[in-house]
Amino acid sequence: MSTPRKSTLRNRSYDVVIVGAGSLGVPTAMALSGMGVKTLVLDGRPSPGQGENKAAIGGIRATHSDPAKITACLRSLRIVSTWQQTHGDDLEWLKGGYLFPVYREQDRQALLSLLPIQRKYGLKVDFIDTASVGELVPGIATEGLLGGHYSPDDGSASPLLCTNAFYRRACALGAHFRFNETVDRVIVAGGRAHAVRTAAGETIPCGVVINAAGATAQDLCARSGVGLPVVAEAHEAGITEPVARLFSCMVVDIRPAEGSKNFYFYQSARGQVVFCITPEPPILKADRRETSTFLPQVATRLVELLPRLRNLRVRRTWRGLYPMTPDASPVVGWDCAVEGLFHVAGMCGQGFMLGPGLAETIAREVSGKTTAEDEIILKGFDLNRDFCGTEFLK
Amino acid sequence: MTNRIRNHPVLAVPTRETISFTWHGRLLTGFAGDTVTSALVAAGIDCFGRHSKDGSPESLFCANGQCSACLVMADDVPVKGCMTPLKQGMNLSPVNDLPSLPRDDSPPQFAELPVRDVGVLIIGGGPAGMAAAIELGSTGVETLLVDDKNMLGGKLVLQTHKFFGSEEDSRAGMRGYQIAKIMEAEVAALPSVDVCLDTTAVAVYSDGVVGLVTGGGLPGHSRYHQVRPRRLLVATGARERMLAFPGNTLPGVFGAGAFQTLVNRDLVLCSRRLLVVGAGNVGLIAAYHALQAGVEVAAVVEFAPNVGGYAVHADKLRRLDVPILTRHTILKAVGNGHVEQATIGAVDEEGAVIPGSEQEWAVDTVLIAVGLNRVDEFYHKAQEAGIPVYSAGDAAEIAEASAAMIDGRLAGQTIAAALQHGSAPSSSSDWISKLAVLRSKPGPTHAQSPPAQKALVEPVFHCLEEIPCNPCTSVCPEGAVATEGDLITGVPYLFKPESCKACLNCVRVCPGLAITLVDSRTDYHHPTVTVPYELPHTELTIDTEVIVVDRQGEELGVYPIIKLLKPSRAYPATALVQFRLPRDIAWRAAGFRPMTSPAAAIAAAVAAAAQTIICRCERVTETEIRDAIRAGVRDLNQLKALTRTGMGSCGGKTCRPLLEDILRQEGVPPTDFTPLTERPLFVEVSLGALAGEKKVRS
Repeated sequence: MSTPRKSTLRNRSYDVVIVGAGSLGVPTAMALSGMGVKTLVLDGRPSPGQGENKAAIGGIRATHSDPAKITACLRSLRIVSTWQQTHGDDLEWLKGGYLFPVYREQDRQALLSLLPIQRKYGLKVDFIDTASVGELVPGIATEGLLGGHYSPDDGSASPLLCTNAFYRRACALGAHFRFNETVDRVIVAGGRAHAVRTAAGETIPCGVVINAAGATAQDLCARSGVGLPVVAEAHEAGITEPVARLFSCMVVDIRPAEGSKNFYFYQSARGQVVFCITPEPPILKADRRETSTFLPQVATRLVELLPRLRNLRVRRTWRGLYPMTPDASPVVGWDCAVEGLFHVAGMCGQGFMLGPGLAETIAREVSGKTTAEDEIILKGFDLNRDFCGTEFLK
Repeated sequence: MTNRIRNHPVLAVPTRETISFTWHGRLLTGFAGDTVTSALVAAGIDCFGRHSKDGSPESLFCANGQCSACLVMADDVPVKGCMTPLKQGMNLSPVNDLPSLPRDDSPPQFAELPVRDVGVLIIGGGPAGMAAAIELGSTGVETLLVDDKNMLGGKLVLQTHKFFGSEEDSRAGMRGYQIAKIMEAEVAALPSVDVCLDTTAVAVYSDGVVGLVTGGGLPGHSRYHQVRPRRLLVATGARERMLAFPGNTLPGVFGAGAFQTLVNRDLVLCSRRLLVVGAGNVGLIAAYHALQAGVEVAAVVEFAPNVGGYAVHADKLRRLDVPILTRHTILKAVGNGHVEQATIGAVDEEGAVIPGSEQEWAVDTVLIAVGLNRVDEFYHKAQEAGIPVYSAGDAAEIAEASAAMIDGRLAGQTIAAALQHGSAPSSSSDWISKLAVLRSKPGPTHAQSPPAQKALVEPVFHCLEEIPCNPCTSVCPEGAVATEGDLITGVPYLFKPESCKACLNCVRVCPGLAITLVDSRTDYHHPTVTVPYELPHTELTIDTEVIVVDRQGEELGVYPIIKLLKPSRAYPATALVQFRLPRDIAWRAAGFRPMTSPAAAIAAAVAAAAQTIICRCERVTETEIRDAIRAGVRDLNQLKALTRTGMGSCGGKTCRPLLEDILRQEGVPPTDFTPLTERPLFVEVSLGALAGEKKVRS
């Protein structure tokens, strides 16, 4: 994708400054450094992944219905699943698959209708019968069960371990990181981004600014006089004690219930069950404090769907923010008005699974050498789109 | 039930119902009222499983529901043994690797989980929480007092020694467990105070709701409750610090408080010979409690150059020939599946171990008494949530229980005043100054000089250090005893020497066992000396020869006991022993010890040194932590991500202080590191309970 807004990399102390050392910023720094691009990452928090990355529960699936997401996540799966072989770090990768158990005819029809496009992009997906669902998740409620949509090649990994491994790799490749360094704004002059100003008052000149500021991406834009259609939504998650293996896949129950839309959970490589729910109506505030509502709400749905979880003890709960766009699909691309400003924002809660795959595309786009695959991704996530409609499997 | 205390000088040994249970298929018996942990230890079992990471044995550490070391399977469900009551027919088994959940697939039924509104919620029914409840209840404020144990009292229940402070304000002279009973009855009489026992606070949420769990220890009985208080008082006390040394997770290494729980509350004899690490009041008192339970104390070691606890406590041990080794530290504990030997070493002024100073002690137990940390996570979360919150007792500032009672009373008054829109009662400033005195560290120690001996009979005060304690002044019917400057911290003296009637009240009341009576009325040259005694005394009889010692244990000679006086009703369990001694040593005599000396230490075979564990839940070693810090990690949340330290069941309660110590040792100032983020739940709760499941497993 070539655009007149794109900046050429100049010979500055840094070619690229990335704002945000999280799910997107860290792998992007790794990809850019791997291409020899001089990269600095700034983050207001004290270490990598301390924003929404560590709030992610760890699922990685290519099973979407949008070509851009499928393409990026297939790449993420490849990177994460082969990382230990290539680089040695254990990321707690578990190829457990994703299962959408189906209890309503409308959901069965909808999921069946996705199979052709998913298979066209190379996904190994199938609609399985109730007995197979029961084998994947022993003890799952069978009353009204119609089968399930299953993708065995998806899986899970530890966001904490992934981000730290990518961080070490990025450092080894020459990327610089500065923590406890909040970026106040992007300095724009003559329609071009040419530096960032830190909260401490330092101006850091650069060729390109990448906005990977997660749930604060829109605030950074607002302070810089730039518009970005992203708002934060609060979601809560929890983790249990570790127990002997109950199941391996991510289970996504797409039925709505009072106060919630879907909910999902998996058992990690370490044996801990990690779970999350989508509140309905959405909680539109950037508040990361835990509430009393979440645990009873999600526990009821978990025990209903899989009664043998009743004796499993919850260890910890936390709240994270989903940076949402109007169509619940990410923004990856150059700013419409400011040259040299690249947004990697509005990941809508999927930053962890999209990050490693997107990073390579972003690095190639910024340095001007994209592939045909990159073009699929950049087209799908272009900021200059109409933002209507929502992907079914969001 | 081989390891039971059958005879105790202070505590009555009750007759309890025997119940049977199985461990790993083996039929065993315990007593009704036991916890799973105490029943197992009483049966000689203290390896509760193997850690999934390295296969090392898991045992108890805190016996207080704070750590996660004592996880066992009870009727197929993993539970914390120390918080789970033993039940008839219970099937217990070790947790080796990860526990397997029962395949209970019956469809659930849910009950509503209402939110109960209360005026004041007090978390913790120890001295501070009870004192606050009494204040609030006496002004009619609606109060809910919750405690995670099955009785009120908190750590008072474990305190078999007489209290310091004053009689009027903190019931000085009475024993902790007796004070607990009296306060519990006072609380029960207040109609506006609702007491919920076996109720554990697990979370304070941003919406002002506090999550509580009842029946949490018993499989299938766990219930989740939600309370929204107008005011929250955190009176959660303190938790014991762990210490980093090789072998620190070996069964037999545990907290001094855990030891007191087993010995004083559950009457379980969990050791034969132990080493105490730390000579603060907790360590000194625990060592004395060990002796009272018939456990030999090899030594008390203290890293600092001086004893940190009260001199009277240290003197009591010295009189019994227990070495208190200052500027010494534990270097390692070794043994095959259990502590068999501890190595200690002397440290120089810089704190470095002096080569060649190592000594090996054959012990089966190492008690860790190196300080306490406030249980303050609920306070922090409530502040974050904007709930009007107060704290009292150790949760506010680590001090003696006498201070906690006054602090709780003040908190109760403050909350009552806030709720009634009035001002704090006028007595408050007086109480605040009393609290400051009770929290103060011991003052200077005065030299002991011979008493003036103006009268033929008078008490001798072996209490020379300035500490907040004065019951000897208030029990004297003649009003003849005073403290220097009439301050509670002043040392006592006889200011009307002629008026002593030898009633012995002061000898009996003294919590430090530091007052004797010298009576020269029958024989001027050989006065009768009365000393207090609180050790097992079944073998003491008239004419038994013992070694009479001075205040700090120096031998004065071998003398026969001439008379034994039984404890009085007012001061139960303090026996009095009389000797006839030469006049020149009579005033120096402060105690005695038996002629039979302890068996010589036998060095056991030395097993390979274990690694030093910092995070016991996830078995993270000191090396892993230091390597990460040296590689530049300054955010403890990143350290957690990298090593899993703090990610375990206890939620960082045990390792957090050690991590901060290591950072300090590595030269990282507190301003340069980010602490672990505190997140609920602070105790694990089952999904069934959180869902409000009705069903109780049969």
